[in-house]
Amino acid sequence: MEKSRLLFSGSGGQGVITAAILMAEAAVRYESLNAVQAQSYGAEARGGATRSDVIIWDKPIYFPRVTQANVLICLTQAAFNKYQEMIRPGGLLVTDSRLVKNSRKVDARRIELPFYEAVMDTIKKPVVLNICMLGAVIAVTELVRIESIKSLIAERFAEEFHETNFQAVDLGVELVRQFQSK
Amino acid sequence: MNKNIKFIQGNDVCVEAALYAGIEFFAGYPITPSTEIAEQMASRLPQLGGKFLQMEDEISSLCAIIGASLTGHKAMTATSGPGFSLMQEALGYAVMAEIPCVIVNVMRGGPSTGLPTHAGQGDVNQARYGTHGDHSIIALTASNHQDIFRMTVEAFNFAETYRTPVILLLDEVTGHLRERIEIPEPGNITLVKRLRTAVKSGIDYRPYLPREDGRLPMSDFGDEHRYNVTGLYHDMWGFPSDNPKIVYGLIRHLVDKIENNSHQIARFRKYHVKDADVLLISYGASARSALHLVENRRSRGEKLGLLELQTLWPFPCEIVREVCKNVKFTVVVEMNMGQVLQQVKLAVDMPEKIFLANRIDGELITPTDIRNILRVIQGKGV
Repeated sequence: MEKSRLLFSGSGGQGVITAAILMAEAAVRYESLNAVQAQSYGAEARGGATRSDVIIWDKPIYFPRVTQANVLICLTQAAFNKYQEMIRPGGLLVTDSRLVKNSRKVDARRIELPFYEAVMDTIKKPVVLNICMLGAVIAVTELVRIESIKSLIAERFAEEFHETNFQAVDLGVELVRQFQSK
Repeated sequence: MNKNIKFIQGNDVCVEAALYAGIEFFAGYPITPSTEIAEQMASRLPQLGGKFLQMEDEISSLCAIIGASLTGHKAMTATSGPGFSLMQEALGYAVMAEIPCVIVNVMRGGPSTGLPTHAGQGDVNQARYGTHGDHSIIALTASNHQDIFRMTVEAFNFAETYRTPVILLLDEVTGHLRERIEIPEPGNITLVKRLRTAVKSGIDYRPYLPREDGRLPMSDFGDEHRYNVTGLYHDMWGFPSDNPKIVYGLIRHLVDKIENNSHQIARFRKYHVKDADVLLISYGASARSALHLVENRRSRGEKLGLLELQTLWPFPCEIVREVCKNVKFTVVVEMNMGQVLQQVKLAVDMPEKIFLANRIDGELITPTDIRNILRVIQGKGV
């Protein structure tokens, strides 16, 4: 497989780091792949643009930072402005269509999805925005299976939150399906 | 699914390993980037019957684990640069009184409060020379989670074997990085138990009278035997002495017990060293970048090798001299202004063939940074 370098970005509190950890952990524990996850830490993680780097590969991973991302996920305009230059030419850019108004052209396959609106319409809980995004990222990258991420959510989250999060994963997958059939 | 496979931070790995090694007491004052160690210890240790104490500062933290260790319990503390500075006085006491304990320093940028949330490896010399007076010390490090586990257990083992404080130098990058770790089954790594005296209760116990093999059996303080412990030069009873013969004997003992066993304490990994033209020497997070470059260049036929040091003190001079002997030049990769570089230069026959690739701006050195230095040395330009 190709080495996958993903950069999850957004603002502190949106859960992008949680999503990144879930993705990397699922790859390691459910898919027997190698993965590393690191996050920006410090003043920038409190308010401004926060980021988490994930590398997934079937070979050993030594250098743990993403310098050029195959997949860039942006959940805020500030994050997009800060990290858009880090995408590899021809990479994949996943953004929320309401929260990120792409002003500049980026040399990448762009997938703009209405995560925020879809979550508010169907689940009505903005807290699962990150999990909906994660479902979409998994659907489009196919780096881990949907069942794996659900099993991990079941392990990690309290039972009362399982159903909402499973719905959010499925919603993300559905948004990608609709986008791709357009 | 293998239950022993976890996806956790390096700091959490250190906790798992300390528990594996049999830690019973932790005292600390949380400080970035080591905080997760105290946090995890606070929840895990009491579950297993151990004790966790949050102290008022790092001075008391090290003093508390010294006391706990004397009473017969494996003990550890964790900190970062500023806290490690405060610990230097008690570190000397543990060296002098020969009290086994493990001090984890998850390095950040210094001096002073420096760069709390960024990477650095500037405490290598502090680990060796931070406390005053001639002495020797053991300091270990690791670059990946499996090795952090191993080296944490080794730190406890060396502490018990040599009756000495052992310093584990981790860094912000590996401490906060999440990656795969397989927790070894109990028994897979040999654990060194506390060597206790066979002297019966009621019979005089001499705490600093070595056995034939040089090791000093301990007696749990406050238990069967009364004895004295001091930071002053002391005789075999533990009582202060300024007798030149005793002073000389003790300092030689403190230094020799470590330096004479440096080959047994040396831990390292060699990658493609045998036929290497150019050698990198690195450790901790920097070694990840070095290994990335080595594997990448090897796949293109370049004969690059890496010596990854896991024991930093006592410095493994002979191993370094040996691997540097047949290469065109050596580049030391680290995140400070050349602390291990100086040791490598002292160890080899031709110090002019040793170069430095470093970063001192709080960012992890990248494979490209190292490659650029290699190109400059080779006259290829960047």
